Amino acid sequence: MSEERGQGGQGAGGGGRGGGTRRPFFRRRKSCPFSGPHAPKIDHKDIKLLQRFVSERGKIVPSRITAVSAKKQRELAQAIKRARFLGLLPYSVR
Amino acid sequence: MSFYESVFIARQDISAAQVEALADGFAQVIQDNGGKVAKREYWGLRNLAYRIKKNRKGHYVLFNLDAPPAAVNEMERTMRINEDVVRYLTVRVEALEEGPSAMMQARARGDDRDRERGRRGFGDREPRGDREPRGDREPRAGDAPPREREGAPS
Repeated sequence: MSEERGQGGQGAGGGGRGGGTRRPFFRRRKSCPFSGPHAPKIDHKDIKLLQRFVSERGKIVPSRITAVSAKKQRELAQAIKRARFLGLLPYSVR
Repeated sequence: MSFYESVFIARQDISAAQVEALADGFAQVIQDNGGKVAKREYWGLRNLAYRIKKNRKGHYVLFNLDAPPAAVNEMERTMRINEDVVRYLTVRVEALEEGPSAMMQARARGDDRDRERGRRGFGDREPRGDREPRGDREPRAGDAPPREREGAPS
């Protein structure tokens, strides 16, 4: 019994390592939409751009979903809040 | 002198000509205090995303300013006093943008109106809704029992 266990463990370990490179839920890491040569400028007047980063209820979408970098997400959040203050974007949609 | 971008929203029931006069007044304040207005844009009567001081719409005017802080302070003070101004926002910027702003470009393309084009997810992800509102908490074991109302039938 002990022999069997040892063998099984070895086999599983080898298989696990081989399977690690081909995970079924592999996603390519998306790059930040605001970095790169043709990146748009974050501006509180550009509602069309800002609207892509706001959910249908008017909430700011987290960067783990939009893949915006942390620095740009801070900038983006500031711009969305300014647009809200000016009545260009809603604070909440019921 | 530093660069500023200033947007103010005027009440919905004044005319476009009156808005222009109002904007002239603010531009004059800037000039009197030694600043200059690099650009002025009238965005027209736009729908507000929510009601501001009972208004559903407002006239938007944008200024790009190259002015000393004192001039901006003075302009903001006159905006606060003026009851036709519903809201204003002045932001200091590193550099003034050339040409029409994003808002004017959107208006020129005519895609100002179509807000709903269907929601998409980001990249290969499905759109995800917001979290459900959290309901009331369940009573826990340690909580006091609900108080009996007096006169309630038992």
